[in-house]
Amino acid sequence: MRRYLARRGAAFVVTLFLVSVLVFVVIRVLPGDPALLIMGTEGSPEAADRLRQAMGLDRPLALQYGRWLGDALRGDLGRSIQYDVPVAGLIVSRLPVTLPLTLMAAALMVLAALPVGLYAATHHRRAGDYVGMVVSQLGVSVPQFWSGLLLILLFSVHLGWVRAGGFEGWGDGVWPGVRSLLLPAVALGFFQAAVLARATRSAVLDVLREDYVRTARAKGLTGGRVLVKHALANALIPVVTVAGLQLGQLLAGSIVLESVFALPGLGRLALGAIAARDLPVVQGVTLFVAATIVLVNFLVDLAYAYLDPRIRYD
Amino acid sequence: MTSRPWRHATFVLGGAITAALLATAGLSLVYTPADPLAMSIGARLQGPSGVHPFGTDQFGRDILSRVMTGAVTSIAVGVIAVGIGAVAGVLLGLASGWLGGWLDEAAMRLVDAVQGFPAILSALLFTAVFSPGIVVSMVAIGIAFVPAFARLARGGVLELRAREFVVAARALGARDRRLLFRHVLPNTLAPLIVQATTSFPVAILAEAALAYLGLGTQPPNPSWGLMLREAQNFLGMNPWFAVFPGGAIALTVLGLNLLGDGLRDLLDPKAA
Repeated sequence: MRRYLARRGAAFVVTLFLVSVLVFVVIRVLPGDPALLIMGTEGSPEAADRLRQAMGLDRPLALQYGRWLGDALRGDLGRSIQYDVPVAGLIVSRLPVTLPLTLMAAALMVLAALPVGLYAATHHRRAGDYVGMVVSQLGVSVPQFWSGLLLILLFSVHLGWVRAGGFEGWGDGVWPGVRSLLLPAVALGFFQAAVLARATRSAVLDVLREDYVRTARAKGLTGGRVLVKHALANALIPVVTVAGLQLGQLLAGSIVLESVFALPGLGRLALGAIAARDLPVVQGVTLFVAATIVLVNFLVDLAYAYLDPRIRYD
Repeated sequence: MTSRPWRHATFVLGGAITAALLATAGLSLVYTPADPLAMSIGARLQGPSGVHPFGTDQFGRDILSRVMTGAVTSIAVGVIAVGIGAVAGVLLGLASGWLGGWLDEAAMRLVDAVQGFPAILSALLFTAVFSPGIVVSMVAIGIAFVPAFARLARGGVLELRAREFVVAARALGARDRRLLFRHVLPNTLAPLIVQATTSFPVAILAEAALAYLGLGTQPPNPSWGLMLREAQNFLGMNPWFAVFPGGAIALTVLGLNLLGDGLRDLLDPKAA
């Protein structure tokens, strides 16, 4: 186990390093001169020079990268041009929207997907299975932002139950915040639930065909016990993998849903920064989100080893 | 396993929807019920009617005609994005698996890193330095597909490189390129084709999302995602405006998903 951890840990560090290189290359190297990009055509050459100096763009690229990475590792992602505050602070100030939205969607996804997947697998080729699979097939086909729009159409335009968007914050307790994130979380979670339900179904079906399940049944265990102790425990390995990979998708999807529901999260921060040519913010947000996704994938790897002893002793 | 009428039906239904999509896109190149760009302020935001079966948008443009032409954008972005992901991913995976050693290790870490960039994130990054547009969409979506193709191709190489027919071809003097492209690649093609088919609907969803966010296809080019972006401002006045383009996306993706599922069962009986 220790060797596995060391190997995966080293790979994780290398991957994070490559993520930072990719972000740096796109923002600092591809545009040629970021200073001109930020100033547009209006800036005087002197002002552009000053900006270059302030951003350190007059130094060799490797040096610029080293300094940027060093700062980033200390939690300093530079200053926003638009707001003139540290980028890291901006990111942190948006997390109370993006993070709960992603986690609520993840919870909805798991709560909806596992029962449907399990039911479909245990009722293989019966009506329930087909209904479950048709619904999930529809679920994976509906764009998240469209289901968001339809939810707005139904619950706020027609029924008038909720506001069409905006975020009420966590200041007045949990409920107002949860309420403003509920519809986007449903739109986000439903799509991914459909993906996970299909993965759960096929994982459980695979396990149910195994000899040890037949043995468990033969020795007289009840159906429920076989399902939970033997089938689900083993089916969990692929299910956790899929669910973990989906967390990254949920995080990316929340960027879209924030736009649909006018939520002040990371996605809207990045979109606003693009409109304002605020490169340090775009750089900071993309680095943060990509690094988070890579971190989640790494944790999935570890969970995998924990759930499947065969990997640990490899 | 016995006959699988359900799976067969999946394939046929998916194929039919996909064929209808292609036909619509093709037809829209030569004929639409109305000019998709012609504005008519008098006929703004109308619901479905005989003249405008899908209604009209905020400029009085015919939504049916715009949905039809939007199909072309979706297909084009889908095909090119999957093409970018497949070519880049397969080349990377083949090289990685074939060369092995630290190069393989480095390539796989790069693939892990790229996995941290879903299409939306790459598109955010690219639009910060380039102007948004259909090319950014294609590249950003294509990049997001690289890891899956690279892993599949690499897996194929690792599985096949020690097999007798490859070793025999090598003993006969075949060089690396011939071994890879004549012997290894053709034998890993089935999972790659399945991957391409299942990536296609994902690309269409991503194109719509990017256009919706303003990071992808730009007006006046028709795009389903772009239409939904516009429709959102008029939800109260003409809900149909949001229903039809979204329905077009959902139906298209559904058809392609069904087709992909069916194809997987046909090409890979083991997975069925």
